[in-house]
Amino acid sequence: MVTSECVIVGGGPAGLSAAKELLEAGARVTIIDRNERLGGQLIKQTHMFFGSEKQYASHRGIDILEYLVNDLAPYGDRLEIRTGTTVAAIYQDKVLGCLKDEKYFKIKAESVIIATGASEKALPFENNDLPGVYAAGAVQTLMNEYGIKPGQKVLMVGSGNIGLIVGYQLLQAGIEVKALVEAADRIGGYLVHASKLRRLGVPVLPKTSIKRAIGKDAVEAAEIWSLDENWQGIPGTEKKLDVDTICIAVGLSPLTELLQQTGVRVEYVRELGGNVPLLDEGYRTTVDKVYACGDVANIEEASSAMVEGRITGIHAARDLGHEVENAGFRIKALQHELYDLRGGPPGEKVRQGIKKREVLA
Amino acid sequence: MIERDGIASENMVKAEFPTREELERPKAVIECYKRIPCNPCETSCPFDAITVGEDINDRPVIDFDKCTGCGICVFNCPGLAITVFQINDDEVLMKIPYEFHPLPEEGDDVHVVNRAGERITKGRVHKVQAGRRQNKTALIHLSVPADYLYDAITIEVIPFEE
Repeated sequence: MVTSECVIVGGGPAGLSAAKELLEAGARVTIIDRNERLGGQLIKQTHMFFGSEKQYASHRGIDILEYLVNDLAPYGDRLEIRTGTTVAAIYQDKVLGCLKDEKYFKIKAESVIIATGASEKALPFENNDLPGVYAAGAVQTLMNEYGIKPGQKVLMVGSGNIGLIVGYQLLQAGIEVKALVEAADRIGGYLVHASKLRRLGVPVLPKTSIKRAIGKDAVEAAEIWSLDENWQGIPGTEKKLDVDTICIAVGLSPLTELLQQTGVRVEYVRELGGNVPLLDEGYRTTVDKVYACGDVANIEEASSAMVEGRITGIHAARDLGHEVENAGFRIKALQHELYDLRGGPPGEKVRQGIKKREVLA
Repeated sequence: MIERDGIASENMVKAEFPTREELERPKAVIECYKRIPCNPCETSCPFDAITVGEDINDRPVIDFDKCTGCGICVFNCPGLAITVFQINDDEVLMKIPYEFHPLPEEGDDVHVVNRAGERITKGRVHKVQAGRRQNKTALIHLSVPADYLYDAITIEVIPFEE
């Protein structure tokens, strides 16, 4: 059976960052990703990132992806990259069952880092299964990775950073955004993103949601309506929008299914996005040598995922018996980066969630 | 209200502006109204004119004495929240960030919009900086009538139609 010191499942910002630290410390690493290219969601992040220089702020996600992959190049002899490969199962003895080109094979790992990221939440409304109703991330993949326009006239649902950013990228692709609706009474994401859309003529409508999609074989229009204090639609406020595409950006859920196969303890923490693994300060789960970092551990920005990945990588390397130079100092510095990234109002939810998780652990 | 519709009020905008005397030279106006973890404006400024400080969540503060209006922060701001303004007789000269294709060209007429996305006046493009350094966020230099100092914010995506 193929063996590996550390298998990292998911080659996004968290997984790639963890890999770098492990390789630097001398470990043998396998990165498995179900996509053909590494990078996770970075592949379609054409916008500049926030944060500080330490997390490549003001660089574009697509460029950051290159930096993270290039960081691994010097360690080619100890690094195995398996893209286009799906981990279908993890057994309790850390044997991973993998699928590649419909062939099944197993890898035995000494330690496993789960960095599988998140999936997009759905929204219940009439006709939400019509062709033309997309998750925002899917639209971003179509446009920015494959160069395909999802439609010509879009309604965006949700004003978190994903809804705001994808809304802007739709405009960049030459697609009309008829409106962006938000169920809450205020914008969820960064105001700078909202202002960017607004000044390009996109109405941003708070306390508004989609009532139904209209169409026979595909979306032909959308009906939106105002919401009352109890988040219920107010009859009589319906407005019909002439759109062929409805984009849903109402949040993410951690993809913990694979992680749970290892038998780790998972608890529901609303502020972190749903069912999340209980972790110690080294991103160790409740199962020995199984780690989790990035969006699978808590829904956040990619900048935080990179920092978490690095901290995880350092701990995982040490747990395998590798020496990490200045480990204590470096971990402290990275923790400080997280503290900075989460220090303001946008980080409040994650701060609360992490506190809750610490209590549960 | 900006928290609800993304439109900064006139008072909020004016509070970020330098004085008219200071605007005889180009100055960056930063419209970063909410605390977010971000500081490339500070680290990209070659003149140390912008301070975010120890806590990267703090809002940037600009020293108009040090700001030269060079525009480097404009294309480094991930929020595209910075614009350079200068008053030149009866015109306002602006440098705006622009991330659409095709880019406008020198001499082009463009529709100038306010923060609500409404057409307010016509502007003229004087220069387009879109090299390696701008890294895909072009810096468009344009002029608009002086009356629109506090209203003009960007241009409609071209093609320009009367």
